[in-house]
Amino acid sequence: MIEITVISGKGGTGKTSLVASLASLAPKPAVADCDVDAADLHLVLDPQIKESHDFSGGKLAEIIPARCNSCGKCYELCRFGAVIKNENEKPAYTIDPISCEGCGVCSYFCPEKAIAFEPAINGQWYISDTRYGPMVHAKLGIAEENSGKLVALVRDQAKKIAENKNLSYIIVDGPPGIGCPVIASVTGTDYVLIVTEPTLSGEHDLERVMELVNYFKIPAFLCLNKHDINPTMSDKIENLARNAGIKVVGRIRYDRAVTEAQIKKLPLVEFTDAPVATDLKNVWNTLIQEINSLQKGSHN
Amino acid sequence: MKQKLTIAVASGKGGTGKTTVSASLACAAADTGHKTAYMDCDVEEPNGHLFLKPTINYRHMVGIPVPVVDQDKCTACGLCGEICQFSAIVCVNKNVLTFDKMCHGCGGCSLVCPTEAITEHSRNFGVVETGDCGNNLKFCHGKLDVGEIHSPPLIEAVRETAQGEDLSIVDASPGTSCPVVAAIKGVDYVLLVTEPTPFGVNDLEIAVDMVKELGIPHGVVINRSVPEHTLARDFCRDNNIKILVEIPDDRRVAEAYSKGELPYKGVEGYRELFKELIDTIIEEAGR
Ligand code: SF4
Ligand code: SF4
Ligand code: SF4
Ligand code: SF4
Repeated sequence: MIEITVISGKGGTGKTSLVASLASLAPKPAVADCDVDAADLHLVLDPQIKESHDFSGGKLAEIIPARCNSCGKCYELCRFGAVIKNENEKPAYTIDPISCEGCGVCSYFCPEKAIAFEPAINGQWYISDTRYGPMVHAKLGIAEENSGKLVALVRDQAKKIAENKNLSYIIVDGPPGIGCPVIASVTGTDYVLIVTEPTLSGEHDLERVMELVNYFKIPAFLCLNKHDINPTMSDKIENLARNAGIKVVGRIRYDRAVTEAQIKKLPLVEFTDAPVATDLKNVWNTLIQEINSLQKGSHN
Repeated sequence: MKQKLTIAVASGKGGTGKTTVSASLACAAADTGHKTAYMDCDVEEPNGHLFLKPTINYRHMVGIPVPVVDQDKCTACGLCGEICQFSAIVCVNKNVLTFDKMCHGCGGCSLVCPTEAITEHSRNFGVVETGDCGNNLKFCHGKLDVGEIHSPPLIEAVRETAQGEDLSIVDASPGTSCPVVAAIKGVDYVLLVTEPTPFGVNDLEIAVDMVKELGIPHGVVINRSVPEHTLARDFCRDNNIKILVEIPDDRRVAEAYSKGELPYKGVEGYRELFKELIDTIIEEAGR
């Protein structure tokens, strides 16, 4: 079983559309949507939910008014500005759940034991069936923290399912950026596929993402989306990747069919036979060849 | 315009043109005579500087307080590991280990330690840079160090740099989780940038829920708008959300963007579009 995590650094590079096509091209895949903050993959893969679970990423503090003597200790100790002072009210303090970091300090030191500190429900995660194979996905509540923990959980579940069903690939749709959820989606994965576009921002973000995969020492590949909108920049980015030891597995041309396919809820490779679909197939084939030769290399 | 305004530009999904819109708005505001600050709070992938090309004249590291344990004073009581909710300090085999990157800097461990074995020192995890883009436009962004997981304190540090400008434009990171909330909490108005694609609209829906939960007035910009793709338009109409402007899908904009140029500066017609947009926002936000 091989786990491939697709990330992009910058958002909007066509990562999720690519993942949908990879899910369609890969033999016996499990799919994990780890872009839990803005999950879109389900719009194309149309999962039928089999199991749904609550996710708790941490605890939240809440003042129990009947016990509070308004001493102000919690207000003084909270470093996250989450304890709010209400002039001329009783109790004089309340906790803003959106600001609460869940550190528990107020609850621990409250002299009246007036602060409840309980697991918060931060989202849901699902195990589903799709026409390609099982899919694990999630929905993080609004303004929630700990998306990293949820990402780790989604990947973990996908791995378990893939092992039980003896599947060949796990395709992971990773989140944008380089912070907590991205780190959770790449640590311990077998390979990373970076999708980027030939723009100045794309180049800039790629540098940060490459630094990240090197930092965690994960073998990575690059694929250039919409390469024809700026050919000079495409060449520049490919060189940048090569110099960082990242192999380029393909270029995908710009085609408005990407949006049409989204509207029809189909992976691009199933929606059209246009050259852009051939580009995508080439990306998958090259990626697998490269991975196979690396796997052989490491076994000898 | 009477009071000072802070306007955040956000989007549920990345790549909708949020940075192009916010940087263009900042220029338009400055050009129409407002003292303006552009604050790039997308600290994981800050890009505003690529378009605004500021002269950076001040830079400071941002840190959070993390514990340092004096093993001589420590009695291995284990209380620090018990209070820590983030597994950043643990007591094993009469030894206390700390994991700085996991630490949220809450101060719980040093408060709870009975022997005062824990002191705090500041650990840097990012940098804030401020500068100038010429006439009326101040610039500020934060850059999270690679491998760091915790961006909200850095975002707060960027927002704290605002100094009495009439208008602050905050470029938030994509999504709806804690970094975005840190960027938009307490602003006067949120501009949500979306694309008229199914993905774009799905993410817009989540972003709208977020700003509603935070109770911030908001409006939508449809970027790369194509007349026949009506999804975003329909969504806004059904949910009673004002569309401030539709920016057409224009290859000239995409090309300018790929070279790090703002359509505001390089593409005909966009200067007027953004000047009108900033006026509309000021009017909307002032209500
Ligand atoms: S520390 Fe406890 S008793 Fe004191 S104000 Fe806070 S909740 Fe009330
Ligand atoms: S749990 Fe921590 S962050 Fe939340 S209110 Fe208490 S002290 Fe503040
Ligand atoms: S400061 Fe808070 S988060 Fe950091 S180690 Fe101490 S208890 Fe844990
Ligand atoms: S609370 Fe203080 S004394 Fe107890 S284990 Fe931690 S550092 Fe040592």
